[in-house]
Amino acid sequence: MIRIRRRQLGEWIAAYILLSPYLFVFLVFNVFAIAYALYLSFTYFDLFSPPRWIGLGNYLYLLRDNLFLQKAIPNTLKYVAVVVPVQTVISLLLAFALDQEIKFRRFFRTLFYVPSVTSSVVISLIFLWLFKKTGVINQILGLSIDWLTSPTFALPTIMIVNIWATTGTMMVIFLAGLQDIPVTYYEAAMIDGANRWQMLRHITIPLLRPVIFFVVTMGVIGCFQVFDQIYVMTAGGPLDSTTTIAYLIYKWAFQSTTPFMGRASAVAFVLAGMILLVTVIQRRLIERPTEV
Amino acid sequence: MAVEAVAPAKPAVRYRDEFAWWDRIKKPLFYGVLIGWSVIAVTPFFLTVVFSLKPLTHLYEPPFFVPIPFTLENYLKVVTEFRHLFPRWMLNSAFVAGLLAVVRTLFCAMGGYAFARLRFPGRDLLFWAMLVTMMIPGQVTLIPNFLIVRQMRLLDSLAALIVPGIAGAFGVFMMTQFYKNLPRELEEAAMIDGAGWFTIFFRIVLPISRPALLTLALFTFQGEWNAFMWPLIVLNSPEKFTLPLGLSWFKGEYYTVYSVVLAGSMFNSVPILLLFFLFQGYFTRGIALTGLREG
Repeated sequence: MIRIRRRQLGEWIAAYILLSPYLFVFLVFNVFAIAYALYLSFTYFDLFSPPRWIGLGNYLYLLRDNLFLQKAIPNTLKYVAVVVPVQTVISLLLAFALDQEIKFRRFFRTLFYVPSVTSSVVISLIFLWLFKKTGVINQILGLSIDWLTSPTFALPTIMIVNIWATTGTMMVIFLAGLQDIPVTYYEAAMIDGANRWQMLRHITIPLLRPVIFFVVTMGVIGCFQVFDQIYVMTAGGPLDSTTTIAYLIYKWAFQSTTPFMGRASAVAFVLAGMILLVTVIQRRLIERPTEV
Repeated sequence: MAVEAVAPAKPAVRYRDEFAWWDRIKKPLFYGVLIGWSVIAVTPFFLTVVFSLKPLTHLYEPPFFVPIPFTLENYLKVVTEFRHLFPRWMLNSAFVAGLLAVVRTLFCAMGGYAFARLRFPGRDLLFWAMLVTMMIPGQVTLIPNFLIVRQMRLLDSLAALIVPGIAGAFGVFMMTQFYKNLPRELEEAAMIDGAGWFTIFFRIVLPISRPALLTLALFTFQGEWNAFMWPLIVLNSPEKFTLPLGLSWFKGEYYTVYSVVLAGSMFNSVPILLLFFLFQGYFTRGIALTGLREG
């Protein structure tokens, strides 16, 4: 009896020793940090004097701040609404194409994935140059649009860059999902006399639904947090036309002469809430059960 | 070690005839789509290479897409005019990414093993809490983590990048899944022989986890090598910068002579592309396994 206890105790201790490095990060940089952020969001804190409790002051401020309400939120929503569907559709299409009997499949897959391993800064630097007024894109299209300094074109340009950058990753996930569908399902459907369209509708799409949900969720989370490209390519401008919620957090906390740590924390919680809300809604839409 | 991750093409299935028209157009259609996107995906890199090799005086002169006349002056400019900073940035990035690739992978494997195999009080709650932290966007913890690192007096040092990165929920989660699917026979045999948990983990389990460890290490390296937002916030002095941070700063200095910026950016993308080509299977399998990129 005592021996068993001792062995069990040894297991507990071993587990906590093995987990200790992660527990340190988890407790300090996750749990404490989240609680601290929540506290800060109810304070006025400019780094110079200690945080001062102002209750819901920051959240109420956000309800009447024009930069937040009329720039950051609409820009972010527009960005998510365009980028997520477009990158999902293109990557799904590419995955379908690669799932056929295609020559050089590995080669294509490698090429598609190359943008995904490149750093966002390098991608931004390259496209900043390609989209210059005298840049290659204007030369090829025969236009002279100043893409990134125009309030009309700056946000769409960043959308294009990110669609280009992330489609490869999503294609790889879709391809793995497609290859996981057992061939026997299609064979059985064929014996039952199903045609190609019916198979797509009743086998491929339903079985791919969890993967679609996953990809869309990752896309939504990533798009809501877009920052690097905006920082490098436009710094939120021109005329705040590319200021997104994530960029606004940075701007208020780290770029203004008086840092608004509390207000920026409040924005971060609004952002987290929006991501959660959109994820729940799209889960309802995509993951509803269908008759197979 | 086989790194093949593409399943063999599906055997041809014979369908009923009403979609015969589809069979005729599908091949050209799919090849068209694949070749089209390949061109889109690769052209920006191709142009970067070409224009970084063109002399500034002949930038937009034909032949447009070929570096003739050819020059290395842009590359030389990067390493000579910035000789005090540029090699430093590369070294800083390589050091942080390399160190974290080793340390985080080991610590995540340890944590994942504990979650997958050991029984201890609080395990399920802790695992659940870990999943919750994975759902919370990084912006929430950005400000408090900056303040914590500031309190630790680590601001403007590489330690500010390393300390919060020694372990992470993503890696622990990935390793937990890996160990849950690993057969237990070897460990059970060792246990009967009286080996302790640490002997089992470090002597038996760790060596056979190589594929998963390598995948996680590559993801970590890639994430840290490319990381931007966190270094931007915690580093101030140019000699402490990592490469992406340095490049974005560099852009301000050389905005008018952009070929130099393009040449500089090659120092960031070429190493990671080489790693990717060498270990492709690990990257794509990892993506398919978890769908996530670290960083």
